[in-house]
Parts: sequence; structure tokens; C-alpha cells
Amino acid sequence: MYPAQFDYRRAGSVDEALGLLQEHEDAKLMAGGHSLIPMMKLRLAQPPVVIDIGRLDELKGISEAGGSVRVGSLTTHAEIAASDVLAARCPVLAEAAGHIGDAQVRNRGTIGGNIAHADPGSDIPPVLVLVGASVHLQSPSGTRSVAAGDFFQDLLMTDVGEDEILTHVEAPALGAGTGAAYLKFEHPASGYAVVGAAASVTVQNGRCTAAGLVVGGVSATPTTVDVSSLVGSDLSDDAIAAAASGLDAEDPIGDIFASGDYRVHVGKVYGKRALAAARDRAS
Amino acid sequence: MARVLGTSIKRREDPALITGRGKYTDDLKAEGMAHAAIVRSPYAHARIRGIDTSAAEALPGVLAVLTARDVAAAGIPGVVPVGWLLPDLVTPAHPMIAADTVRHVGDAVAVVVAEDRYLARDAADRVAVDYEPLDAVADVVAALEDGAPAVHEEAPGNVAFDWEIGERESVDAAFASAAHTVELDLRNNRLIPHAIEPRAVLASYDSSTGEMTIHMTSQNPHVHRLLMTLASLGMPEHKVRIVAPEVGGGFGSKIHHYADEAIVGLCSMKLDRPVKWTATRTETNLTDAHGRDHSTHCAMALDADGRITGLRVDTAAAMGAYLSTFAPAVPTYLYGTLLSGQYDIPAIHCHVTGVFTHTAPVDAYRGAGRPEATYVVERLMHLAGDATGLGPVEVRRRNFVSPDAFPYQTQVALAYDSGNYGPAMDRALEMIGYDDLKSEQASRRDNGGKQIGIGFSSYIEACGLAPSAVVGSLGAQAGQWESADVRVHPTASVTVYTGSSSHGQGHETTFSQIVADKLGIAPEAVEVIHGDTDLVQFGMGTYGSRSAAVGGSAIVKSVEKIIEKGKKIAAHLLEASAEDLEYEDGNFRVAGSPDRSLGLGDVALQAYLAHNYPDDLEPGLSATSFYDPANFTYPFGTHVCVVEVDTETGSIELLRYAAVDDVGNVINPMIVDGQLHGGLAQGIGQALWENAVYDESGQLVSGSLMDYAVPKIHNLIPFELDRTTTPCPHNPLGVKGVGEAGAIASPAAVVNAVVDALAPFGISHIDMPLTPEKVWRAVNS
Repeated sequence: MYPAQFDYRRAGSVDEALGLLQEHEDAKLMAGGHSLIPMMKLRLAQPPVVIDIGRLDELKGISEAGGSVRVGSLTTHAEIAASDVLAARCPVLAEAAGHIGDAQVRNRGTIGGNIAHADPGSDIPPVLVLVGASVHLQSPSGTRSVAAGDFFQDLLMTDVGEDEILTHVEAPALGAGTGAAYLKFEHPASGYAVVGAAASVTVQNGRCTAAGLVVGGVSATPTTVDVSSLVGSDLSDDAIAAAASGLDAEDPIGDIFASGDYRVHVGKVYGKRALAAARDRAS
Repeated sequence: MARVLGTSIKRREDPALITGRGKYTDDLKAEGMAHAAIVRSPYAHARIRGIDTSAAEALPGVLAVLTARDVAAAGIPGVVPVGWLLPDLVTPAHPMIAADTVRHVGDAVAVVVAEDRYLARDAADRVAVDYEPLDAVADVVAALEDGAPAVHEEAPGNVAFDWEIGERESVDAAFASAAHTVELDLRNNRLIPHAIEPRAVLASYDSSTGEMTIHMTSQNPHVHRLLMTLASLGMPEHKVRIVAPEVGGGFGSKIHHYADEAIVGLCSMKLDRPVKWTATRTETNLTDAHGRDHSTHCAMALDADGRITGLRVDTAAAMGAYLSTFAPAVPTYLYGTLLSGQYDIPAIHCHVTGVFTHTAPVDAYRGAGRPEATYVVERLMHLAGDATGLGPVEVRRRNFVSPDAFPYQTQVALAYDSGNYGPAMDRALEMIGYDDLKSEQASRRDNGGKQIGIGFSSYIEACGLAPSAVVGSLGAQAGQWESADVRVHPTASVTVYTGSSSHGQGHETTFSQIVADKLGIAPEAVEVIHGDTDLVQFGMGTYGSRSAAVGGSAIVKSVEKIIEKGKKIAAHLLEASAEDLEYEDGNFRVAGSPDRSLGLGDVALQAYLAHNYPDDLEPGLSATSFYDPANFTYPFGTHVCVVEVDTETGSIELLRYAAVDDVGNVINPMIVDGQLHGGLAQGIGQALWENAVYDESGQLVSGSLMDYAVPKIHNLIPFELDRTTTPCPHNPLGVKGVGEAGAIASPAAVVNAVVDALAPFGISHIDMPLTPEKVWRAVNS
């Protein structure tokens, strides 16, 4: 587990980091290092330069901004899991972050590094897609934001450009009467999600007015399930099961632990259970 | 003085280990130390057409690149031997470095030595090997099929050996007249040992003296020295010192002699410099000897009363690409001989085929043969409980060897010295609340949803491999005794030199308790030295749950000799007859005259002064013993596992695990419980998660911890442990082994529980590991 030779640069600011990215072709940004370093140790990644942005305070922290919660890209999973702001405004994101790895991983790993790596078994992406979060990027030419649903493009591929740094994520606060839940079917070896189901249900005046379900782990990117049949329904177990059974994946992921067919099946079961948990939390 | 034997004193090893001050092989540094990286085959089977080392050699800081050619040029034996022979065993050569053919992914083809380990790795990547890939076979059943790719030309059909035990005819007769029969085809999944410390070696050759010191991850330094010098490096045994510093677990994987350690020794000899190599986790997974990997057909015959009349077992056991140190013994003498379990079985026959495959070698891993045997017997007992209608408890009780039948001669060579199986079952049922669980199970079956199952495993194990003459007659190329040198110093503190080398078990604590108890001194006054061939007399090491029973007994023998000698010295000083002296609580006393006594310290001092001393006695107060036991020891017990199965996803949740074990007298209950916990974690891991998977081309697809699931603490539950005590009748401590019991008993308990939960779905068997997908498919088929 000895990486190939590389140069290490520590950025003192986002601007400096952007400059270093321009300067060094094929450089990799490192935040918590929990995805990049294992890849480098296995020599699956051999970047000539690693730019350490892990100490940039400007990219850390959780704050409320209007109707949204802004989460800096260097905020750790542990901070997200324990955040009072998120507990009040978007608890499902904190719930998912609490499922990542173990305490050591959560203390080091960051939300920005996690979603920029875009592992299909990651717990965060389906939640960001579910709540309609936006991902904010900065380059020498300015800033832009992209909807989480468009951010994840393929296996380990995102919309982050070569000259861009992911600065923060903005998650809208859950509306009144909305319950949400994240349920994880954990891989016994890696601890990643074989299937991770994020669901939300809004109930107003005893009637379902909105519902969402996004399932991770089944495909290269989070799979959104059309559960609009629940709107106006009584949210009975049968109605929920019927809605969750709409999960479909053309080319599901399969490995020695769980085949594609099985993942789709578990995605439906966990989707159903996540919806039921969201229903029970709504009101 | 309070007894110290049987008390849970804290492990003296732990303060250093848990504060990071333990010195493991990789922590050691030597002046002028260079680093080795081993170039390994990416193919399971290939011919080596050529190796170009020039690009690696050209890197500044690279000291040497060695291949098989250099092994040949060195004029050394250059092979990795097998240490257990069976009749008609095919023993193809295992070269330290592959010369013309590689036979598994990870087979060594070259080694690079450089000034640092990063550079060594860079250079290893630059060694260009021209391979001609050949067809490979990784699966034990596929390797036996007609036309399967041959692993070795010398082994037609990939058969390494064909072995049997018991009487086929009497078993056939039992089946012919059986009232009930049950049968099963099963796989015992291949496991990777995963010691937390990977294998490592620091070899330091000094040409000025012709001596080599090798620090390495070893469970048995003397055995490693013997094999290393005799078969690999060709050095005189007395010129090689092997030291096992702190060793971070082994589970058997550090018993065996591997090519890598010998290669590093050769590098040090060639360069006349210390050379270090530490396996990466990837290398560990590719090259540590794996465990298990059986394919078995088994069947049991019972009479109308549910009494077993016959057992038939036919197993194909993977050996891997080469025969590892004790590999042939594991699926034969440590497996076939255990098939009587706790039961009085009048007819048993077992046939085993040892099979070469293009995979890492398979050898002893925690339990070694006995988990596989227990799994066969206890899965069949579960089915027999169903087939006879007696249920899992009664069918076992009805067949237990009766407590008055010991010593009990089985039909498969072993003679059980002692046992009392009923009370362990009684206690396990009481602990688990069996009747309540049965009603809960019935109501869940009526109501649907998650189902619960209760699984039993009543196991026997034979450990403390012995005696030497017997294992020699079975093919062992080694004795199976243990040594101890106990030295009482002039001030009455004691140093024990034991041949039983610890790799995490707590020997220093346990052995100090034995000596302290027997001599009536404080454990703190006893130092325990092990794991160094220059300090310690020849010893056999730690494996097969032998250290307390064999190593501990050797220590007792030495202490007894010391007390006898001390009596002579004390008698002289007290002007009494030695026959009239007693030794108690650290004092030599004249029987009947309590005021005429001398402390151990008084006697020890006089032993070294020898001023006022018996004429016919040598000075000094120390004794060496080589203890060769009369028999194995036979721990046993009953384990009960309760699971909940989510039939919608196939997920299994452990609800309860109760284990009642009889390991004889207990020296340190905390350490015994710890051994059980570890063994249970690994056995439950085998049942539910662990699986070494090779694809059809022989690539290890579960080669990293991202895919190979070692149990983690949050996967497990608190274990409920209790004991019965049936002392071993033939060793001085009455102790039996405990290190492997958990791993032996638990796979069957877990699988039986899951199968019990799924009985309403008509499921009678699922192969390990019971992954959710397998369970779900079984439920839905």
C-alpha cells in the first residue's frame, strides 16, 4: 500500500487552490482524503500533484440562509450528523451522514469529498437529490450552481470541471408537514450502501400533497422513483408498496455480494420502508 | 496465600500493546536496512517466457533484483517444503521464486531490494515479465473434472492425495437397514485468515560471522528456523536466529513457512545488509494460506428410535497451488477423525480427495479441519432431528456418548479421554429459554413477517495435538511435545523459557499464573520468555489450542522438578530427610514440625551459593522439561444461536448466542472468555459474511476488505457464556484447549438457526456464507 511518487501542495485559500489547479495538469484536490488516499495507495490513482484544501476554513460549517441550509464542502460527516441546524431544517441529511463509515471516517470525511468522488454506494447523493439540493462550484471565471439531480453524471463522474472547486451544498429546508427518512442496507465489508433509500412525504390536512423517493446503490447514479401516485392517497401500506415498486433500473450494479436483480428488489423494499417511515414522521 | 490459578488477573501484555508501545516486526529498524518488494504473478496460471529487470535496476536506489535464476545461482535448496506426509501424497516442488510457471495470482516471480519501500514498489512495477497465460482452475470441484487444467504435471487429475478412514462396508450395511436417512451436499467456504498484523520479516545477515538473525511474524520460531535452513536457505541451523517479536494475531496463518520470508533471507545474504519486507493487505490476502474450502457429500443413517447407525462423508478439499506446511493433515487427520462428534456412532466412513487448484494454498486456519467436521456432523444432526421427528435437542441427547462410556473409542481413530455432554446441553437450554423461544417461533410462523430460528451445535474438538509417536505415525514430520525451562533466581524470582510462542493469547500472563500458583509466589515475580530461538530451547510453538495443555504442562513438570530439588537442599539445611519435606505457599517445611521451614528464597540462594550443600547435588535451581502428552485433549460444549430472518430481503439478524463450553480447568477466566469471543466472531463470520471468491480465471475477486467481510463489532451481539468443568484426566493442570472452540462450534449453530427459521418455506440447507441474496433466493424458489 505504497503510493507512487507525488507532489503535495497545501492551499491557503480557495483562490490559491484554484491557481494551483490551473498550474498543475492532472492534479487532484484532497479534502478529508478518505476516497483519494486509498485509491492512491492501491496505485489506482497516481496524480502527480495533490492539492490539500482540507484546512480551508472558508469551506467549513453549516448555516441557515433564507429557506435553505448551506453546508460547506469541507464540513465533516460527523458535524453534519450532529448539526442542530440540520436537525431542525433537513434532518434526513444528518440521518444519512450518520450512516457513513464509522466514527473515525465521519470525523475525517467531508461532504464535498464524498459527493465529488460520487461512489454509487455513498449515502449522501440520494438525499441531496431527494430534497432538491444544489451544488455550488467555483472556478477562476466565477461561480455556478447545479441541481443535485444533474450533478451526478455516471459512476464516479460528476459535473465538476477540471478548473473548479466544490464550495458548498445548499439544501432547502423541509416544508411544513414533511417527513423524510433515509434507510440503508449496508455492505458487510465496505460499509457502503448496497441500497440506500431516501424518501419524503408531505401531509397537509390529513392528505398527502407531495412525496419523493430516491434510491442509491442500484445504479451508477441515484435513481428517482415516480411516487406521484401517493399524492392525494391515504398513504396506506399498500399504496406505498405500489408506489415504491415503480423503482426501475436499466443496468443495475451487481457484484459478488448482491446481483443487479437483487439490488432492485431490495431497493423496492427499502423504498417502501423509507416511505412508510417518512409518512410516520410527517404531520 | 490466595490461589492465583483460576482468577481473572489482567493481562500484563496489554499496557504496552494498547498504548502503541508494542514492538512488532515492522517497528524494528536495523542499521543499513534496505526494503524488499516482491513481484507477483497477476495470472492464476502462466508460463514465464522471460523477465526483463533492466528498467527496475536502472532506478537510482535500487540495490538488487533477484529472480529464480539467482536462487539457482546461490546454490541453496530454494524450496518451500511440506511438513506432513500422507501415503501416496503427490509433492510437487514449490520453488521459493517461480522459475518457469506461475500457479496462482500472487506467486512470487522476482524481488526488488531498494533503499526505501516506496522505491522498491516503484521498481517492482518496472520489472517486465513476459507471461504466456494458460487456462486455470480455481474451484475445487471443477479441478476434478475431466480435462481440467493441470496445476502440476506430477498430479494427474489434480489429485494431491486420496485418503480414507473408517469402514465403508459397515456404513453401507447401516444405510441398507436404516429407518431414516438424511443427506446433504455442502460447501465449506474458503476463508482468508486476516490477522490484523500482516506478515513481515526483517532478515539481517552478517558475512563476517556467517550468522543471520530473522525477526518475523511467527507462531513457531523453531519450526520456521528448521524449515528455513533445511529446505530454503541451506544455512546451518545454529547460524540462524529467529525472533518473533510482538505478533499481531495469526489464526494459523503464521504457522506456515512461506516463500516470501525465505526470499527476504536470500536478499539479505546476497546484499550482506538487513532487508525488511512487510506484506500489504493485498499481498496478505493473495498469499497467506487460506482456510477451509471443501465440497462435501455426507449422509447419516438412523434407526427407528433415532439412534445413529452410520455416517458417510465424501469430501473434496482444496490444497491450492502448492502444499503448504501442514496442509495435508488438515482435511484428513484433523477432519476425518472428528466425525464422530459427541455421538456414539457405530459405523463411520470418510473419504477425502486433496485437490490442487490455481489459488493460494490452503492450510490450518483457526480450528483447522475440526470446524469443517463439526459443520458436517451438526448440520446432519439438525436434519436428523427433523427426519426422525425428535427435534434438534432430543436427537442429540439420544446419541450422546454416555458419561460412563469414557474413555470412548470412536470408529475414526480418536479415543476420547473424558466427557459429559448432557449437562452442557441442559445449561444451554436453560440459558436460552428454549420453551419460550419455541412458542415465540410458533406465533411468528402463524402471523408471518420476520421469522425466528433456533440452531444448535454440540461440538467436540481434539486439540493439543499429541503424542509425538502417534502424530509421527500419521505423517507429521515434527514432534508434538512442548518444552519449558524454569529458572529460579537466587532472590526467588523466576524466569520461564517456553517453547510455546505467543502471538496475542496472553501466555505471559497465563504461564506466570501457573508458576505462581505452583510455587506459591506472586505472578509479578515470574517473567515469561518466548519467541526467540537463541534464548529458548527448541519448542513447537502455538497452534491447535495447545499452549495451556502442552506448554503449560511442560512448565508444571519443570516446577515439580524444582520443588523436588529444593526439598533436597532444604532437607540438608534443616538436617531432615527430603522425604519428610513438604512444599506449600512458598515454604519448604518438615512435616509435623511447622517451625522447621525455609522459604523458597532461602533455598534458592543456597542453591547458587552452594556453600552448605548436599554432596551429591549440582548447584543451581532450574529445570528443563520436554512434555509429550499422552493424548489430545477433548473440549466440548453446546452452542445455541437465535436469529431473526427478514424474509422480504433475506437479511439475518443475530438475536442471541449462548455458548456452554467445557474446556476443563480454567487458568484465567477472562482470557478464556476472550478466546471464545474471538473464535465466535470468526465462526459467525464464516457463517454469515466471510468468503474468499475466485473467479473462473483464478482472480481473487474478494481480495480487499471492501469485498471480504471480516466481522466488525457492530455486526455482533453480546455473547452469553457459561462453562461446565470436566478436567482433562491426563495432564497435570486438567486443562483443555479453548482457542479454537468458538470457531469450531458456531458456523453450524448459525446455519441451523437460519434453516430452522426458514423451515416453513421448505428450506433445508443454504451454503455459507448466508448472504441476504442467497437467503432471499431460497425463500423465493
